[in-house]
Amino acid sequence: MCECCNGKKDIYLPEMCTITKRRMLNGTELYMHLEKDSGEDYDYIPGQFVEVSVAGIGEAPISISSSPTQKGLELVVRNVGSLTKSIHKMEVGDKLGIRGPYGSTYPIESAKGKDLVFICGGIGLVPQRSFIRYAMDHRQDYGNITVLIGTKCHDMRLFREEIALWEERKDMVVMETIDEAHECWNGNVGVVTTLIPKIESDLPKSQVLVCGPPIMYKFVLMALEEANVPQENIFVNLERRMKCGVGKCGHCQINELYVCQDGPVFRYSDLANVPEAI
Amino acid sequence: MSVSTVTKEQFKSFVTALIGSDQRVVGVQAKDDKFVFGDLNNADDLRLDYDVTILPPKKYVLPQKETLLNFQVGGDSQSVQEADKMVLLGVHPYDMVAINQMDKLFSQGEYDTHYMNRRRNVTIIACDVVTPSENVFAASMNTATCDKGFDILLTDIGDSYVVEAATDKGEDLLKMMDGVRKAAAADLDKRKAVQEKNRTVLDKHKLECKPSFLPKLLEKAYEHSVWEEKARLCYSCGSCNQVCPTCYCFDVQDEVEWDLKSGCRYRAWDGCLLQNFATVAGDHNFRKKREDRFRHRLYRKGKYVPGKIDGEIACVGCGRCITACTAKIANPVEIYNTLMETTEIS
Repeated sequence: MCECCNGKKDIYLPEMCTITKRRMLNGTELYMHLEKDSGEDYDYIPGQFVEVSVAGIGEAPISISSSPTQKGLELVVRNVGSLTKSIHKMEVGDKLGIRGPYGSTYPIESAKGKDLVFICGGIGLVPQRSFIRYAMDHRQDYGNITVLIGTKCHDMRLFREEIALWEERKDMVVMETIDEAHECWNGNVGVVTTLIPKIESDLPKSQVLVCGPPIMYKFVLMALEEANVPQENIFVNLERRMKCGVGKCGHCQINELYVCQDGPVFRYSDLANVPEAI
Repeated sequence: MSVSTVTKEQFKSFVTALIGSDQRVVGVQAKDDKFVFGDLNNADDLRLDYDVTILPPKKYVLPQKETLLNFQVGGDSQSVQEADKMVLLGVHPYDMVAINQMDKLFSQGEYDTHYMNRRRNVTIIACDVVTPSENVFAASMNTATCDKGFDILLTDIGDSYVVEAATDKGEDLLKMMDGVRKAAAADLDKRKAVQEKNRTVLDKHKLECKPSFLPKLLEKAYEHSVWEEKARLCYSCGSCNQVCPTCYCFDVQDEVEWDLKSGCRYRAWDGCLLQNFATVAGDHNFRKKREDRFRHRLYRKGKYVPGKIDGEIACVGCGRCITACTAKIANPVEIYNTLMETTEIS
């Protein structure tokens, strides 16, 4: 902060954080746990994202994967470009800049008392995990919890040990599928929509939370329509190109909506007149 | 706050004094057969009778390239607040309206200290239009005149200017002018006549509806054939974005010094017409088709941005895109009028 700015902070200035844990979840996705150097804890709501900064390379928006009921911040970073490549080379003790949290949130309050159905495609599991873990930590606040996880192939599965623990719990149902059969896999084979008919809870009355690659939305939303799920009960988690993360630079627009402010979590009924959304 | 009159000779002396003072002075000057905003070194170079500048004055509140942070590579960053104190001389009303809109957009929601700091340090001397440009349509957009945002407004009434000082900064500048007298009723009548005339003549392209109607029109026109027809000729060059006073989208990049130890994070103008504006890592382009990008710009001006600024239309009728467009397809009035011919609105 400085005098010339009327006491307001610089919205482009990252805060330094240290990597306290890191491990590869598969060949391309890196899990990290971060803590702020200032000692303060993060204040966020499931669904939000942060801008991760490496000085000299740039920034990228990364969804928060942890629940605010835990200490610190968990992120999963895919190795796709120069910035994420540099993050993959980092070790415990290395530092990153973080701005945020930004964006809209999962309906953690309005969904109370209702059944939750999470439909996760590939790395779509990462942001959904924030609300899944939050719901598990506030279990009595929510009805039945069903988690559908679809992954392209066996090697790309994320959070394998954690999902195994979820599957053991009596208070939630977890169903997994992989697109392509694999000799190590005894479970469902097929895209994630093949699991939708197996949902036992009352789907039209549930809050359905969807996150996955662009191609997946079209088919999942068609299947949910066939299952008579009202559009206002469906929440989608969308991504676009981001630069500033604070609603100024214009890159993340979907028609008149800004993914960094009006999203990334959108109620599907709000996207009815937004042709660029899905 | 006060309305005065000063002769053109006395105003010129004032400009000379201003140039000699410790402030940066930027004013409109001739560049070959065009006009540009640039650093003023001589009061004789100032051309307040200009028709339109190549680039709008937005480059002084949102520079083409602006440092946001300095950093040690891989380490900590420090905020950089670059903000030249300057007097910006000769801003036309439509450009003033555009700056007022950007002031709202950069201060609402997350407050952008870089823009607002820079804006606070710019003193604006606006001037009513003397010479209509070839493609101006400000009268259709209700931006032929403007009554706020400037520190001083000058109106050319022949051998003098009527000088309206609207802020404390404006009054302070007025004190530097010799021979200032309170504006007589006749002077005010002349000013009124100039402004009323501009509301008629700054209309080389006539919009066939009130600008406030545009959001409603665009709600129904998303699938109209005009987008694809026009975009067939579009080069995606981004010239329209570059010269537009209300375009403010920007890219953010890091730059490292030769010593590989220090560097800066900067922002630079970007354009939604450019091919990779909406491309993400992994190469998926969320606005791949040219007609989608072409349509997006007109929708931003006529519907999306107005939604953020109380319905004010984000096209100020300067006509620069019409002049700058490589393929001559950018005329917003032509497009909006075409939509009106064939779109049913209730």
